[in-house]
Formats: sequence, C-alpha cells, structure tokens
Amino acid sequence: MRIKQTALITVRGLADLIQALHHRGYAVVGPTRRDGAIVYDRVDSVGELPAGWTDEHGPGHYRLRRRDDAALFGYVVGPHSWKQQLHPPRRRLWRARRSDGKVEIEQQPDESPTLAFIGVRSCDLHAIDIQDRVFVAPEHRDEDYRARREQAFIVAVNCTEARQSCFCGSMGTGPRADGGHDLALTELLDADRHDFLVEVGSERGQALLDEIATRDASEADHDLARRLGERALSQMGRRLDTVGLKQRLQGNPEHPRWDEVASRCLACANCTMVCPTCFCTSVHDSTDLDGQHAERWLRWDSCFNPEHAYVHGGSLRPSTRARYRQWLTHKLAHWIDQFGVSGCVGCGRCITWCPAGIDITEEAAAIRDVTVDRSTTP
Amino acid sequence: MKRDAWQPVFLPVRRRSRETSDVVTLEFDASDASVAGDAGAGMSAGVGWNGFAAGQFNMLYAFGVGEIPVSLSGDPADPRRIVHTVRGVGPVSRALAAARRGRQIGLRGPYGSRWPLQESLGRDVLIVAGGLGLAPLRPVLLHVLRHRASYGRVALLCGARTPQDLLFRRELDGWRRLPGLQVRVAVDRAGPDWEGDVGVVTRQFAKVRFDPLEAIAMVCGPEIMIRAAALALENLGVEADRVHVSMERNMQCAIGQCGHCQFGPRFVCRDGPVFAYSEVAAMMAIREL
Amino acid sequence: MKTIEDLLRSHPFTEGLDEEILRLIAGCATNVVFEAGSYLFRADGSADRFFLVRHGTVALETFVPGQGPMTFLTVKSGEMLGVTWLVPPYRWAYDARAVELTRAIAFDATCLRDKCEADPHVGYELMKRFVPALVERLHMAQIQIADIYGPGGSK
Repeated sequence: MRIKQTALITVRGLADLIQALHHRGYAVVGPTRRDGAIVYDRVDSVGELPAGWTDEHGPGHYRLRRRDDAALFGYVVGPHSWKQQLHPPRRRLWRARRSDGKVEIEQQPDESPTLAFIGVRSCDLHAIDIQDRVFVAPEHRDEDYRARREQAFIVAVNCTEARQSCFCGSMGTGPRADGGHDLALTELLDADRHDFLVEVGSERGQALLDEIATRDASEADHDLARRLGERALSQMGRRLDTVGLKQRLQGNPEHPRWDEVASRCLACANCTMVCPTCFCTSVHDSTDLDGQHAERWLRWDSCFNPEHAYVHGGSLRPSTRARYRQWLTHKLAHWIDQFGVSGCVGCGRCITWCPAGIDITEEAAAIRDVTVDRSTTP
Repeated sequence: MKRDAWQPVFLPVRRRSRETSDVVTLEFDASDASVAGDAGAGMSAGVGWNGFAAGQFNMLYAFGVGEIPVSLSGDPADPRRIVHTVRGVGPVSRALAAARRGRQIGLRGPYGSRWPLQESLGRDVLIVAGGLGLAPLRPVLLHVLRHRASYGRVALLCGARTPQDLLFRRELDGWRRLPGLQVRVAVDRAGPDWEGDVGVVTRQFAKVRFDPLEAIAMVCGPEIMIRAAALALENLGVEADRVHVSMERNMQCAIGQCGHCQFGPRFVCRDGPVFAYSEVAAMMAIREL
Repeated sequence: MKTIEDLLRSHPFTEGLDEEILRLIAGCATNVVFEAGSYLFRADGSADRFFLVRHGTVALETFVPGQGPMTFLTVKSGEMLGVTWLVPPYRWAYDARAVELTRAIAFDATCLRDKCEADPHVGYELMKRFVPALVERLHMAQIQIADIYGPGGSK
C-alpha cells in the first residue's frame, strides 16, 4: 500500500497515540518485559514498553540485556507472536445442552475486545497476512478470526537493527513494513532527539494520527529512517536460499539429512509454538459429569505431536524424522502450493527457541539433490 | 443466526441397521433439521441440507464424545435421506455405532471432492471396494444403476476379511443377480460354507470384462489394497489418471484449517478425499508421509 | 474325443511350451473329475500328484482346532494346484476340496520329477511356469497376513 502521509512524533506523541486508542475502546497489546523475555501483553501506557532493553538471539539462545540508550523498540521478536491474539491458543467454539432428547447449541455473545497492536514487526505483518490466507480466504471462513482480524488496529514498527536469528531480508518480508498496517513507526534516537517517523498505512491510521500533535517529517528524517532500515538489512544473521527450494524439499523425502536432523530434534514442538504462521489446532470435545452439557474447544496443536497424524490403528508419522520432515517441507514447500506464498517469514524464532539449536536455514540448505542409492520397497 | 462452520446440526437417528459385528448403518432425515437453508451452502448451524455428491462425507458428532468424518453411503438421488455406515473402532465411532433410533447426532457437511461420475459417462466403470471401502462407493453404484444406459460395462469388485464382514449383504445378493452388472467378491478367508473366491480382490480383475483403454476405476479401501489395485490396473492398461481413489486421514475441522489431514501439499478434507491416482501415487509410496 | 494332449494344450499352463515337452509330460497325466464336496487331497497325505484345474473351483483349507476348516485360497479354472510334490518329504500341508464339480488334469508326481531330473531343459521349462504362480500366491499371502480389513486397521 502506498504511504499516504508521514509525520514526526515524540515519545509524548506515542503516549498520546496509546491513550487515543484506549479512548476509542481498543485493548492495546504491545511489548513488555516479563520473566526475562519481551512478550506481547496488555499495555496501558508508554511507560510499560521495555525502554532501554535489547535482546540477544542465537540457536537455542535468548537473553535480554540493557542498552546504553532509552530506545523503546530496541529489540526484535520474542517468544510471542501476534497469533496469540488473533488465533488464540485456546478458544471455545460452542457449548451445547441436551434435554428431553433434544440438543441445543447455546448462542454466546462475542465478548472479545477490539484489539490494537503496538510494535508489529514486518516479519509478523507478513505472518498475519499468511494466516489470513488460511482462515479468511477459503470457502469456510473462520468468522471469529475474521472479526478479530478486521477490527485489529496495527501500529507496526520498522526494525532498525537485526539479530543473529533474523533472515527476513532473504525472505523479502522486511525489515521495513510494506503493507497491512494502519501506522508504521521508525524510532529515530540519538543524543539530541527521540522521535518516531510515522507512516500512515490506512484511513483508519490517518484518523487516529489526526487526534494527536505531530510535526512534519523532514527530508533528513526520511533519509535517516531509510538508512536505519538498510542497517538492519545488513545486519541479518542468516539467509534462507529459496531458489529451487520447493522442488528440492518435495523431491527429496528420503534425503539422509532427515535422519541427521532427527537425531538432534527433540520433537518438543517449540518451533511450532513460537512460529507466527503455524496454525494447526486440535478439537477437544468434552462433557460435564451429568452428560447434559457439552463443549467444543479448539486448541493449538503441533505436527510434532505423535497423535497429529493419528488414524485408527496408529499414528501415520511415528518417527521424529517423519515429523520434522513434515514440518519443514510444509513450511517451506507445500505451503506455497496451498497458500501461494512460503510459510516462513524469516523471523528466526524457531532457531532461537529450539533447545537443540536447529537452524531452519541450515537444514533447508542441506537438502540438496543427491544421488542416494535407496529404493522404496513396495 | 450467524453462520458458523464449526456448529453441527442435530438430527435424530431415524433408522439403524447392523451390517456386521462392528459396522452399523445409520439413517437420518434432512427434514428433521429445524432450519431451512440457502442452496449449496451445506449443513451447519444456520444452514440446511441440499443433498450430496458421491464421495463426500459428513462430520458426525456423538454428544460429549467427539466428532469424526464418515462417508455418505446413501443414494445421491434422494435429497432427504442422509445415510452413514460406521465401523466402531474408537470411542467416537463406537458411540455412533451404538446410537439407537431417536438419538440426536450432530452433523456437519457435506465436505470433500466427489467420485468422477461425470467423467465416467459412456465408459466402462470398475468399482473396487475393500472392507469398509464399499460404503463410500455405494452411492456410485446406486447412481450408475439408476442411469445404467449412460455407462458402458459396469463391474463391482468387493474384498473383505471374511464373508461375515461383507457390507450390504442383502443388496449385494440383489446386485449379483442383475444382468447388467458384473459382481466379483473375494474374501481373505472363509469357512466351509463359502462357495465364492478366497484370495486378494485384485486377483479378480482378470475375471472382469472391460476395456482397459477407456475404463474408469474407482477404488476405496485400505491403502495397501488401493496401491495393489492401482498397480494391477496399470498392468492391465488402465492409466493412473483414470484410476480414482479415496484417501483417509485424521480430520478434525473438515474445512482445511486444523492442518491434520494434510497429505503432502493436499488437504484430504478439501482437495480430497477423492483423488486421481496419478496425483497421489508418488506420495503414497513415501513412508510416513 | 479329445486326447490328454489336447486338454493340456488348451490349458494356460502350457502356453508357449515346446510341443515335444508337452507330449513328454502328457505321459504322466490323466483326466480327473471331482464331485462337489470331495477332496482332491488331504493334509499329511502323500503329495504324489500335481493338478491343472480345467473347470471348477478348489478351496485350499487349513483345519484350525476350535474353528474348523478355514479356506485361505480358492483355485479356479486355468490355474495350477499343488507344489508340495516338488519338495521332500512330499507331504500335503493343507486340504484341497472341490467347491463345485471340478475337472482337472492330474500328473503323477514321481513321473514328472523323474522326467525333470532326466532332462534339465524340461525341468527348467516347467519351473518357469510353477514359479510365477508360487510368487503370486506368496504376495497374496503377504497381504492376507497383513489383515488389512481387520479391526486394528491398516493404513
């Protein structure tokens, strides 16, 4: 989406922006520091943002450190993604009551608050778009998701630094927000100033911006923002080579690398939990003790769970090898057949939060065509 | 009422008949649904039933126990009767198989792709069923018999564990007597009263008259049997794009959003369960896919 | 009146078989008929014959104590029956019962074995015809053992 307008605001301006959202009835969710991590939680004021904190990422490594400045967005991503909000880990689908041999589904009013997100990184913006393709585009749309998603006000933040796990550059998903946001901020901070360049991405964003005091952004401000984006791009810790990747993954189901990674993978499912695009869920039907009330819940699931591919008689993917292969091939190859884009946005979370330090970019690169002397016995 | 793809419509079991020791056929009447619906939208809370295409399935919900996909096994020409043949192998299917007349069962659907009845017009048709696979193929046979003149030679090949495990036995006897239908049945083992064939059902292809160069085959049963049948058909000259199979995977949402039914890049609930064999042959050969 | 050689010639088993070899083995063969319900041979009996089924159906049965006779294979027109006669101690491992009136060509096993021993070429030509049927039955048995329709299911 083309940028309609830009403006410059101070930290005070950001505080006013958050208050304006509150006044419009939004539940504002943004980054906060908790339990040694930066997670997305309710934010009532700008003071709750993790000012002066930064993060260290590496395979199986995550630490928070203090910065030597007061940047409000001086980190990248934490273990949460926005799917926590839009595609919640637990959701009741319906409740039913049985009486006199008849069953009635009880209508429940939609009580979920209207959400506003502060600090959505470009990789996560792309992830939201990807999940839209799963839940909103198809014939049977998830109305719940659609409602939450359409109402969500998105204030994106353009990354000015990258971390070791980041590879949005090679995925074409960052570091600057290129659409899907209502407003996008770039933090401009040095000894003399602490401002935010604001880019408007929608009419709704413009309307909100009109409610707070702003200055015009200068040519130099735009220049600085652009250079900061380039800096982030140059700092990318990794890259994923996507050329021919789909064919390589779909064409090598018996590659020896699958055995190799399976010897390291714990099937702990962390990667699927932190991944902003993973969407698998499982349905849980239950009843109360007298058998007259039943509920259906939807909960996050993972293809690393052995029961994920369960049919009567057993699991179709009992080995970790098969499950890792399923995850990687789905994420980087099948996804393209299904939804038209790769399922990976280069956020690097799966690398950081893998206890075995498995690196998706490394695994993908290792699946190269080899002449393997293996025949599939019928 | 807001349309919600997750909510089943509850219908009472109208008829119930036992097929074998662990298989039961349940019948529902669509007019028992208290909501009328807009055409073509399928059935879930707020929308009614508009019939189904052979090959499709519904999600059946046993109150408080769970929900599973079950193929529609009735006559597609009958828009009111909703028929399902269920084998009790797990907690949900056993609860469904035990449902008595009048019991309220939740239904959502119909979902999935259909058998290629249109494509088969004017051609010889081979219906190859293994075990419970006869249930999703019964709608095909009923349709073809109803429009017999529109098809060439028609053959039904049934495999089952033992003679007692054959489904729709009374109907099967009737089908065997039809002059325009070749019926071949083979069981894995039998007692001394069985006068039919014992052995794998694929052996029966040699005994069926059909033109391999233009016939369409529709196969449903355990994956081993599907692959064996497709191979035997290929050896006889029936190419893989004229062999259609019905796949089975773990299904929970039936709308392509829970991720469980994936088979390579395909969602079996939405891109299947019926596939041309040419589309899935390579994937079926990959273990633990 | 058809000779035994005529009957042999029209059976799929002898397709492509040298006329000379056909006449040779015809010397070991007789035409036989079994009434429905009668047994061609019984388990533990002496495996002294080999059959080519011309018309009818033969059920191969194993007796399971507590269950009774279990048919694990039916052999029909155009197929061969019996391979136990090839391998010592030449004892049938199962029963073979005619399900309906069955006509077959029966070969004396000793006669056939002697002829194969005397001329390896004859032996090999016959083996080329026994083995495919054996392999097909093995493959079928593999699948039957997998019990794919069983309650445990198989995917």
